Parts: sequence; C-alpha cells; structure tokens
Amino acid sequence: MAAAASATLAAASAGRARGVRVAVVRIGIIVALLTAWEIVARSGWLFRDVVPTLAVIGRAVLRMLADPVFYANLRVTALEIAAALAIGGGIGLIVGLLLGGSRFLSRAYEGIVYYLGPTPKIIFFPIMILWFGTGAGSKIAMGALSCFFPIVISVASGMREIPLVLIRVGQSFRANPWQMSRLVYLPAMRAPIVNGVRLGLGIAIIGTLLAETKLSNQGLGYLVIQAYATFDMPRMYALLIILFVLAIGANALIGRYGSRAPAQSP
Amino acid sequence: MGRRIAARSLVPPATGVLTLVGAFAVLEALIRVGVVNRFVVPLPSQVLAAIPRIVAEEGVPYRFWQTTQEAIGASVLLVVVGVALGMLLFRFDVLRSACETWVAALASAPIVLMYPLFLVIFGRSATTIVMIGFIAGLPPVILKTVEGLAGTRRVLLDVGRSFRLSEAQRFRKILMPAALPTIFVGMRVGLIFALINIVGVEFLINFGGLGQLINELAERYDLPGTYAAIGFVILVSILFFVVCERAEVWLLPHRQR
Repeated sequence: MAAAASATLAAASAGRARGVRVAVVRIGIIVALLTAWEIVARSGWLFRDVVPTLAVIGRAVLRMLADPVFYANLRVTALEIAAALAIGGGIGLIVGLLLGGSRFLSRAYEGIVYYLGPTPKIIFFPIMILWFGTGAGSKIAMGALSCFFPIVISVASGMREIPLVLIRVGQSFRANPWQMSRLVYLPAMRAPIVNGVRLGLGIAIIGTLLAETKLSNQGLGYLVIQAYATFDMPRMYALLIILFVLAIGANALIGRYGSRAPAQSP
Repeated sequence: MGRRIAARSLVPPATGVLTLVGAFAVLEALIRVGVVNRFVVPLPSQVLAAIPRIVAEEGVPYRFWQTTQEAIGASVLLVVVGVALGMLLFRFDVLRSACETWVAALASAPIVLMYPLFLVIFGRSATTIVMIGFIAGLPPVILKTVEGLAGTRRVLLDVGRSFRLSEAQRFRKILMPAALPTIFVGMRVGLIFALINIVGVEFLINFGGLGQLINELAERYDLPGTYAAIGFVILVSILFFVVCERAEVWLLPHRQR
C-alpha cells in the first residue's frame, strides 16, 4: 500500500517536472523568436518598414483594437462568414445526410464531391461576381462554396458510422424519416457534424477573406489589402495577428464543443 | 451472373455521370430559351468549344508547366524541411510536447491570408507563390512524420537494440522504414494543400500559371474562356489528387488501406 502510494507520488512529481520543462522550452522558443525578430528589425539588414520593431507592431495592434473602423469591418466579415456557414453548412448537412443514408446515392455522387473538395475554390470567384455582384453576396457565396465540401464529406461518413442498433431501435418504433433524423441520426452524429463545421468554418473564413482581398470595399480582407496598398506594414501585421488569433480561437472553441460530444455506444 | 453483377455495379457511377451531362444539357436549353442570361452563364457548348482556343492562344501547356514548377519547388521544401522538423520533434520529446500543439494550430490558421505580406517581402514573383504553398503544406508533413516515427512497433525497436544498432542505424533501418507509410500520407495531404494555395495565390496576385490565366480571361470578360479555364484547373486538381492516391498505393503496396 505504502509502496503504491510512493510510486504514485513519484509519477506525479515526474509529471510536474516534465510540465515545467515543457513550459521552459515554450517560453525559451517564444523569447528566442521575439529576440531574433527585434534584432532583424533594428539591424537594418532588411528594409526597416518591412520588419517593424515589436513595440511598433504592439502599438499598431492596440490602435487597431481601439479603432471603431476595425469593428465595423469585423462585423461585415463576421456576418458574411455566418451567412456562408449557414447556407453552405445547411446545404452540406442535407446533402451529407442523403449521401450517407443511401448506398446508391453515395456511389453515384460522393465521388464527385470527394474529388471536387480539394480544388482551389477561389478560382470560382469571377463566376460568383457575375452571379451575385461585387457586394457581400459574392463573398458569402465564396464562403458557402468553400465550406460545403468538408461538411458533406464529414456528415456522410459520420452517417455511415452510426451504430446499426440505434437505427434498428428507431425503425422498430416506426419512426418516420423526420423523427429518424431528429432523434437518431443527428444526436448520434454530433461529433462528425461538429468536426465538419469546424473544418468548414476554417475554410469559409479563408474563402470569404480572400474574396474580400480580391474585390471589396469593406471587411477585414479589404483592410489587409488596403494596408498593403498604402504600405502600412505595422497595420498589416496587426491585422494578420488579430485575424490569426480569431481564426485559431474560433476553431479551438468549436473543437472543444466537439470533444465534449458523448461517445457513441457500440 | 458475374457479368450481371459487374453491370449492376456500374449503374451508380453511370448515374452520377449522366446527371452531370443532363444538368449541362438542361442548362444549355435554359440559356437558349432565354431563362438564364447568356451574358452571365455562357452556353456549355461554347465553353467546350473554347477549350482548344485557350489551349492554343493562351499558352496553357506553358502555364501548366509554370504551376508545376512552383508545385515542385514547394514539394521539395516540404519534404526537406517538413520531414526534418518532424524528425527533430520526435528526437527531443520535450520539444515535441512544447511545439506539437503549435504546429496543429498552424494547420488551422488562414496562412494564405499572409500573401500581401509575402508580396512585400519576396515581391510579385514565383518565390511568393512557392513560399505560401510550402508554409500551407508544412503542418501535415511535420505532424505525420512525428506520428509515423512515434508509432514504430516496440518489438522492432527491441530487435534493433538486441543487435546493438547505433543511433544512425536504428533510424535508417527501423524507424524510417516503419514511419514511411504515415510520412507519405502527410506528404500527400501537404502537397494537396500546397497546390490549392499555389493556384489560389496565382489567381489573387495575377502572376504565374493557371491561376493567372483565369484572372486574365475574367478581366477580359471572355466568359466561355473563363469557364473553360476554371474547368481545366478543376481537371488538373482532380488528376493531381488521383495521381497522389495511386502513387501512395503503388509505393506502399503492403499498407492496409
């Protein structure tokens, strides 16, 4: 008993020591990278405005966060992404359920979705401009098109992995297709749906923002390309830092929600 | 009997192809009767007719070669840097614990949005396109290299130890061959990410191969040409994807898929 307790204590102590080592390495890497950046910024090896000092970038981030123009453009981009995810994700969910629920439909059409998925979606932007105009419509369409494919693939494969016993229970209660979807399929597929939405969100963000950088007069993508056009590098770094934090944060948030999904019973 | 089963198995894919053909035929009819505006959506027959024109007049083979060169450049960087970084993370366990989540976070970051920054640093050149393709494809290569090396079966490592293999021999004869299938999966995913970003940035900065072709045709309002060029890029992407899949099966026939 005492030996087991001391072994547990030793394991906990080793775990703590390892955690400290990992934290030290992380801090070391961050400090080394920031120091290297500052040296390059101050050395004059590169054109000074291309690599501003950390203080200049920090001030630009604070200025950006205090600027109402930033929030107005953030709102535009957020609404475009939300609309894109609702449209592309909604259609993707329905198509995924249809493909996952029918072996015939899956064999007929899933190959098309599977092979169209990894194509660069931004090349469809000229068509989207023709169809939906130069305003928010074409950006929403780009985001919707981008997020449609990962959501379909994820939902269809998740549907096929639903334990047969759950489907049989639903059928034995003579559930209609709507009840089957609401009470059996969707609850059993929470994890793959959340993962699909997570992937879809990341790609919808990229699709929408890239479209904004190409042709727009509002949104965060427009602000980035404006900073480039006026060679305002600190502002561009600040925008990119904020965009990365927002994108990674949104992804992690949805991922956390997905990881809390109940495990499927065998 | 066997022939009937084979014929029956062809029905679903044939349905998929016929649906596409049928959709294009319906679209052609709708445009001809004026329901769909032909100044927004060109006739599918016009798009088909535009393919030989853009191949001859817009230098599609040369543009294809330009995009291929950029993809090769990004691929070489991916293999050299990505696998090396993966090996480094595997070799130093604390470093792996410290950095693996960062690499995974990088995979979900919208890296392609940094293209204006790369334009400032490298100029409007192929280097910008290659570097974005390389960085976008890097996380899966690193993560899969670490996963492959860490997944080496214990018994193989024990056999190596019983033969008193040196560190280099252990790596060359046991770890690398055991990790190769997983590393190849990472390289395939990384290459696909790289190609998507390469064509995308070509389109955005109007420079390089196939992506630039779409941008130029769209700016000239050559609708059949634009649609044909988009179709050509889709075809190239699908072919690239299929070739990567086949190469994986061909190079690693023993792998359970």
